[in-house]
Amino acid sequence: MATNVASSGDGNRKALDSVVIRFAGDSGDGMQLTGTQFTQSTALMGNDLATFPDFPAEIRAPAGTTFGVSAFQINFASYDIQTPGDDPDVLVAMNPAALKVHLKDVPKGGTIILNVDAFTDRNIARAGYEENPLEDGTLDNHVVIAIEINKLTNAAVAECDVTSKEATRCKNFWALGLMCWMYNRDRQPTVDWVNQRFGKLPNIAAANIAALNAGHAYGETVELPSGVEAYLVPKADVQPGTYRAVTGTEAVAWGLVAGAKKAGLEIFLGSYPITPASALLHTLTGLKQYGVTTFQAEDEIAAVCSAIGAAYAGSLGITSSSGPGIALKTEAIGLALVTELPLVVVNVQRGGPSTGLPTKTEQSDLFQAVYGRNADTPLPVVASRTAGDCFETAIEAVRLATKYMTPVILLTDGFLANSAEPWEIPDADAIADFPVKFRTDPEGFHPYLRDEKTLARNWAIPGTPGLMHRIGGIEKDYDSGHISYDSDNHHRMTKVRAAKIDGIADDIPAQDVATGEHRGELAVVGWGSTFGAINQAVGRCVKDGLSVSHIHLRHIHPFPKNLDDLLSGFEKVMVPEMNNGQLVHVLRDKFLVDAESITQITGQPFKVSTLEREIRSRVEG
Amino acid sequence: MNVETPVEALKPNDYASDQEVRWCPGCGDYAIIKGVHRTLAELQIPLEKLVFFSGIGCAARFPYYMASYGFHTIHGRAPALATGAKLANPDLDIWVVMGDGDALSIGGNHTMHAIRRNVDLNLLLFNNEIYGLTKGQYSPTSQLGTRSPSTPQGSIDAPLTPLSLALGANARFVARTFDTNQKHMPGVLKAAHAHKGASLVEIIQNCIVYNDGAFDGWTDKKVVSDNSIMVEHGKPLIFGADENKGIAMAEDGFGIRVVTIGEDGITEDDVLVHDEQNKMLAMMLADMKQPEFPVALGVLFNNPAKAYDEAVHEQLAEVKEKTPAGTVNEMLRKGRTWTVSEGA
Ligand code: SF4
Repeated sequence: MATNVASSGDGNRKALDSVVIRFAGDSGDGMQLTGTQFTQSTALMGNDLATFPDFPAEIRAPAGTTFGVSAFQINFASYDIQTPGDDPDVLVAMNPAALKVHLKDVPKGGTIILNVDAFTDRNIARAGYEENPLEDGTLDNHVVIAIEINKLTNAAVAECDVTSKEATRCKNFWALGLMCWMYNRDRQPTVDWVNQRFGKLPNIAAANIAALNAGHAYGETVELPSGVEAYLVPKADVQPGTYRAVTGTEAVAWGLVAGAKKAGLEIFLGSYPITPASALLHTLTGLKQYGVTTFQAEDEIAAVCSAIGAAYAGSLGITSSSGPGIALKTEAIGLALVTELPLVVVNVQRGGPSTGLPTKTEQSDLFQAVYGRNADTPLPVVASRTAGDCFETAIEAVRLATKYMTPVILLTDGFLANSAEPWEIPDADAIADFPVKFRTDPEGFHPYLRDEKTLARNWAIPGTPGLMHRIGGIEKDYDSGHISYDSDNHHRMTKVRAAKIDGIADDIPAQDVATGEHRGELAVVGWGSTFGAINQAVGRCVKDGLSVSHIHLRHIHPFPKNLDDLLSGFEKVMVPEMNNGQLVHVLRDKFLVDAESITQITGQPFKVSTLEREIRSRVEG
Repeated sequence: MNVETPVEALKPNDYASDQEVRWCPGCGDYAIIKGVHRTLAELQIPLEKLVFFSGIGCAARFPYYMASYGFHTIHGRAPALATGAKLANPDLDIWVVMGDGDALSIGGNHTMHAIRRNVDLNLLLFNNEIYGLTKGQYSPTSQLGTRSPSTPQGSIDAPLTPLSLALGANARFVARTFDTNQKHMPGVLKAAHAHKGASLVEIIQNCIVYNDGAFDGWTDKKVVSDNSIMVEHGKPLIFGADENKGIAMAEDGFGIRVVTIGEDGITEDDVLVHDEQNKMLAMMLADMKQPEFPVALGVLFNNPAKAYDEAVHEQLAEVKEKTPAGTVNEMLRKGRTWTVSEGA
């Protein structure tokens, strides 16, 4: 919510401590780009921020339809924030469909900036309005700024050598310019970006910059309706350090590269295009110079199989996908598990089942990660909580995969992958190395010789003289590594595979409490991208003196050793998840704890207010 | 003078592992593994460089019987695993052993794409036109009407021709041989090995238990000369016990026909000369079927192009040269960053 803190000395700007803006328009209107540029600028101004890109599955849905609306929300503040914000203070709606879809989220008194040029009879009808919403009282409870953005943009770029179609396409930069004025954002980062992006098309670059500047100038000169002013949002008081904006996709890619360096391995990524995981393939492909080979396979199965083949040959095998693709990889993950080869499987979760909601976020693949394979096939599961956290979890996934010779599943989701946050860049040198030692000594070698402590089998790679051996999907003899159909041996091997993974519990940090006390009335247990919303909701309740704590799991399998004890210190356990209840069942199963499930399967992240309400209804004030 | 101590030469048996071979007695696989051992010994490939990948099926047990590195993977996926291994370490000498159900049914996609990409792999397709390990169901290469547990009235879907499929996927090397043809096999395998890129060798294999004699009509000693043809680059396409039959252009110019030298005015000049770089000819030869035609054996097509793994590594090297990597810390700090100082 926009809180008025004080009038400031910066011109006549009014200082706010936080703002939520939502840009919405047609998929072709460039809303994601507008949001990203505004985010860059905001990050560089020193605000804390969180974003939520929300776009349709269709690349270019028919123009003007509600299902073709693409939106980008940013929450920025002068204090520490953790979510993209519940409801927008300002909605920028580039057409009637965008208004139709997003109006319900704008609270009374909220500001709506409209491109009236898009409110033609045809577009109004297409959006499903019977009357023009600008005229029938629909917007009576809001502060409306209706601007002829197309016309003003066309005028602004008249001098640039562009076609009228190209001119109109600059309208998102006009809107961005206006918002930059309204919230005192620096335009230079956007100008730099435009010049770089359109270096070979100087006329297009000039037009976009002209539109940006015109939008800004419009704010400076035109009298806006009462209630709308120029604002400033002071810098957030953050930890000293070097920062950058980061998305979960980038952080996973960098974490995998950093992890591979720590292990002393080259990376091989086998992947197949799928929303919302493709961006990881693209990002890693851009990092070839760090010893990254990427391979776009013919299908999901070949993607994981090629990664296993590469792991066998001595690389760090990685495969990335989303739920449906992970399902296809399942048999091969079993092969990596039984041959005990290091493999990192990144699942950027999306709404399911089947094709489901490809561009919407969900965390419904926890069962799949923990249980979703034939036979007794335990493997480590690690989950990221924020975009920046993806860096650390990716390194952790590499560490576990190589140290324990096992496939590891790293769970992120569409929200984490696409959303950006300011990230204090860590010092990679401060993270301990975990170098891999390939077996070279033929003395006493067999392929299933195990490390006494970790139970990991020794890793001997083709090309090593004297260590020729055969591995495969058939059960192997514990003592020789040869094929074995012996029943007692199979029992023993199944147990040892499980013990190896269980043992990881001794090698991960004890579960901490993110907010609140270590004992109390209610523990809110979460995992994954719900971190920000839960933490903020719990934080507010704690401030009000409620006995509630937030516990957020990174290690889903195995759990940290102290989790059982920790949970038993609370009278009630509540588990909010963006699925129909999954972690809650694993907790009940493991600890016989009477955990209660809170579910939301809307394809949207939790709102802080929703969780706060749920908490307050369970804890006495 | 520097006298090099000769490394003791590897003998065919040195390529065999100590594991007991468990194919059915009389299975064609025994002959094939013998041929492979002999070929490897002739090539003197160091054991540690050699990797055999396989999928699932009788043929897929192959790696366990080799003294090299080996990976018995999952059904149909061996080419995909082998592709990853070859990209990770191009120095490895990789062979992939597949059955007809393995390579052409469940793994058809991977076989096609390994061939299309031209990954430097030696792909050995053991074709016995049946599923052996799962007890005798018909396969995608089984002849129409094949009676099997899953087709008791006879199969009703047409089989595919592996080498035609491969050529359709732009294979750069295809060859054919058969299990008991031990004189012929090492030469074909050596040519496949010499070819940089994906080399597909179809090895016709008799399954003595579920499809015995399926190929006797042209592999049996008594008929092999009349019903098959050994193609050799630059040599006329002549066959037959009397060496008087040949492959010539069809009279209308579209396709090929079998001719008899000395009949109807046909002379040796009318017989086509094998050109292993001629794709059209290769396609026609690959598709020759009994009884109209002899079955073509030998290297049908060999026209190398850049191997995929080589191209991948060239690109990697190029990027590394143009954009030196730097440290992880440098990577994390590339692009826009900002600094918050103490007390800001
Ligand atoms: S079933 Fe057929 S192919 Fe399989 S081992 Fe026996 S004879 Fe050979």
